[in-house]
Amino acid sequence: MIPAAPSTAHPAPDPSDTGRGAIGETDGTGPAGRTDAAVRVGKRPSPFIVAAAVTVSVLGLLPLGYVIVTGILTGWPTLSALVFRPRVGELLLNTIGLVVITVPLTAVIGVAAAWLVGRTSLPGHRVFAVLLATPLAVPAFVNSYGWVSAVPSLNGLWSGVLIATLSYFPLVYLPCAAALRRLDPTVEEAAESLGSGAWGVFFRVVLPQLRLPILGGALLVGLHLLSEYGAFAMIRFDTFTTAIVEQYRSTFNGPAANALAGVLVLLCLFLLIGESGARGRSRYARLGSGVARVTPRRSLGAFTPAGYLFLGGLFALAIGVPFWSVIRWLAQGGAGVWSEPVLVQSLLQTVGYGLVGAVVTCLLAFPIAFLAVRYPSRLSRGLESVNYLTSSLPGIVTALALVTISIRFVQPLYQTAVLVIVTYLLMFLPRALVNLRAGLAQVPVGLEEAARSLGKHPFAAFLGVTTRFFAPSALAAGALVFLGIVTELTATLLLAPSGTRTLAIQFWSKVNDINYVGAAPYALLMIVLSLPVTYLLFARSRLTSVS
Amino acid sequence: MTSAIELAGVNKSFGSTRILEDIALSVPEGSRTVVVGSSGSGKTTLLRLISGFELPDSGTITVLGRTVAGPGIAVAAHRRGIGFVAQDGALFPHLTVGQNIAFGLGPALRGGTRKQRARAVDELLEMVSLKADFAARRPDELSGGQQQRVALARALARQPRVMLLDEPFSALDAGLRAVTRDIVAETLERAGITTVLVTHDQAEAMSFAHQLAVLRDGNLCQVGPPREVYWRPVDLFTARFLGDAVVLPATISDGFAACALGRVAVAPTGLRGDACIMLRPEQIMVEHCETGGADAGTVASCTGQVEAVDFYGPEVQLAVRLFSGGAAASPSAADAGTLVHVRQHGTIGTIVGSRVSLTARGTATAFAARP
Repeated sequence: MIPAAPSTAHPAPDPSDTGRGAIGETDGTGPAGRTDAAVRVGKRPSPFIVAAAVTVSVLGLLPLGYVIVTGILTGWPTLSALVFRPRVGELLLNTIGLVVITVPLTAVIGVAAAWLVGRTSLPGHRVFAVLLATPLAVPAFVNSYGWVSAVPSLNGLWSGVLIATLSYFPLVYLPCAAALRRLDPTVEEAAESLGSGAWGVFFRVVLPQLRLPILGGALLVGLHLLSEYGAFAMIRFDTFTTAIVEQYRSTFNGPAANALAGVLVLLCLFLLIGESGARGRSRYARLGSGVARVTPRRSLGAFTPAGYLFLGGLFALAIGVPFWSVIRWLAQGGAGVWSEPVLVQSLLQTVGYGLVGAVVTCLLAFPIAFLAVRYPSRLSRGLESVNYLTSSLPGIVTALALVTISIRFVQPLYQTAVLVIVTYLLMFLPRALVNLRAGLAQVPVGLEEAARSLGKHPFAAFLGVTTRFFAPSALAAGALVFLGIVTELTATLLLAPSGTRTLAIQFWSKVNDINYVGAAPYALLMIVLSLPVTYLLFARSRLTSVS
Repeated sequence: MTSAIELAGVNKSFGSTRILEDIALSVPEGSRTVVVGSSGSGKTTLLRLISGFELPDSGTITVLGRTVAGPGIAVAAHRRGIGFVAQDGALFPHLTVGQNIAFGLGPALRGGTRKQRARAVDELLEMVSLKADFAARRPDELSGGQQQRVALARALARQPRVMLLDEPFSALDAGLRAVTRDIVAETLERAGITTVLVTHDQAEAMSFAHQLAVLRDGNLCQVGPPREVYWRPVDLFTARFLGDAVVLPATISDGFAACALGRVAVAPTGLRGDACIMLRPEQIMVEHCETGGADAGTVASCTGQVEAVDFYGPEVQLAVRLFSGGAAASPSAADAGTLVHVRQHGTIGTIVGSRVSLTARGTATAFAARP
């Protein structure tokens, strides 16, 4: 499950400052340029748009509000009894251990891979550049299934670290690779002319400039680790999220699950604050106008085999192992596994949820993006921040909140597809937001105004001019939400009306019945559905309008 | 004077495109050489070859007596000890101004105390006429001119004996450009650093250079002191590249040209017969004719009529159509109607239709070819 944008489109769902194009954001204009190009001065936004944006954002505040309110309602004695017990200590140790080990590991691997692919003359670097993004197409719980199939003895912290690292390193790799491409080569030459050799240039000049993409990617990895359920449940490694799901599913114990969720939310906030603190106020703007020159690639010389070993090994472990397992199970199952009628139904249902979710999310994200770009103000920044914060919460918390709220206040919604879509909306809104915002920012208001000066109604001008420009961004936004929904397991498990058979849910129930053969077709379908979107992600991370 | 930089037979191509062809250039120690050329002439590549960011296909490059590039020799950029200032300064965006300057401080200072480093940074800032409190600022808080000066201070920190400047002033606006240029020239002069600067701006090139090298399509067409290159260009291309030129057909004998402007001394004196001469507009004096018409016998030189006046503030540019046969010295009717552009201080108040007389001063440059 991927709760926050796994893309380079936004480095982190950072609530404090969402506007900066630190990495990979597809608008290459600086803040000043964007302001000049896109802002409407001296006009007020339509009240309908403001109302829509505020409504969506208030909805987004529900989960966090729920955690706080239930915490208060439960009362301190009960709460402390639920929180301060050995079990929670154990979970805390597991979860923190997982984060502390995995995050630096993904950072090192992600940066090394980005550098090898982007800055060396290793033959085949173009192919590896794409291949190393593909692990994003394999949901972590499918990766885990692949590894458990290959090495059945996997369990515990280090197995969790292995699987999580292989699943999530692209979250660092992609933004770092994109940022590497955008670094000003003359700055590195300046370091050379000042006496720095290859290593000196890398550690003193390149790496420090990658700080923001590394931090953004590391934050995403951390949030994923906190919210992942399936991958760790499969190897019997207990984290807060697995414990909450189990608690909820086995005993339906609301207060206990809520208390755990409260601690989990605190961990998330801790990560968010840590990242924004480490980020500081620095914006490493490219200073000069920028000469259009590509940084020359270095030959690895005697280290070429080592480079191949690293990239090839990484790919083999991250993609080769799960693929090999899936194919092995499929071969074992033969044609029989494909004849299950539920398979088609499950595929259709998943695609249906994905499409509806993507459209709804994009439509509802649009007012917020529109306000943020065209009418920047404290209100619009606040609305944006709320939504990044919400999506940083683990899906399990959002799901828990919506289940409880719907049972108590809007009973008819409980166990309906509508509630599932609302949950997806809250979880994946920032993915849409970031892309819509970048797309809108790229459209010069001048063009729209030109259309109006030629006699078009403002709305017609917007439709005729602006939408054409930002259609690609809107498509990307929708595709990313679609990817999130197709591979979503945790929240869907909790919320879905009985009889729901999405690919993820079917896969999970087969695995729980130890029917690994039967699960394989669902795993393959999820990967196949995700691959095009992953490629899209990769392609967009390379877009630069700085030319 | 010995050469600090010596290029011999240097060739460079990118793919099938020839960028530099058989370049030979010698830069005297402690002097400033400016390579001037239009964009795409190969001047930046020339600089990158000297600095070590590119390697020549053939030829040798010698810096301070040491061959840094040649057959079987390729010294890496970071081992050449050459200072380099890029077009936009290329300051490290993640470091403060002080950290930028201290980046390349020698090993002796790198191990030195914080105080020593700070003092070194202060001194370098002072060298480029910046206040010491700039050290704590970030590069993006500086103006373009300040960034350039910090980049220079950073390069100076390593006390290089050779400095390369790649269009360092072209990103600055006009006022800032002159000031920054003067500060940079003075700083380098004081430190006795051999400097090569490349630019496409002729005025900047001539004011900065001790030695001017004109680069055209990958070939050095002329190298010499700026005055010489300006007044005695080797060909019309160079003449027109460095400034406005009035080119007239002429017949030459005994070191004088007979042309539409009368008798004008020429150089080189060896030429004879049909040729053309080049005059700088500032060599041509303009006077109003007392009496209109071609019969103004009092006017020694040729006379023409003003067809256009372009106002430039302190001066005006006149387009003067010469009268056919208006001057006694006019060699042939073929010159009739020649259009000459001249400059004049804007105080006379010439208008379109005025009749004027033109006088050439000083020596014209003669070329064998017809224009």
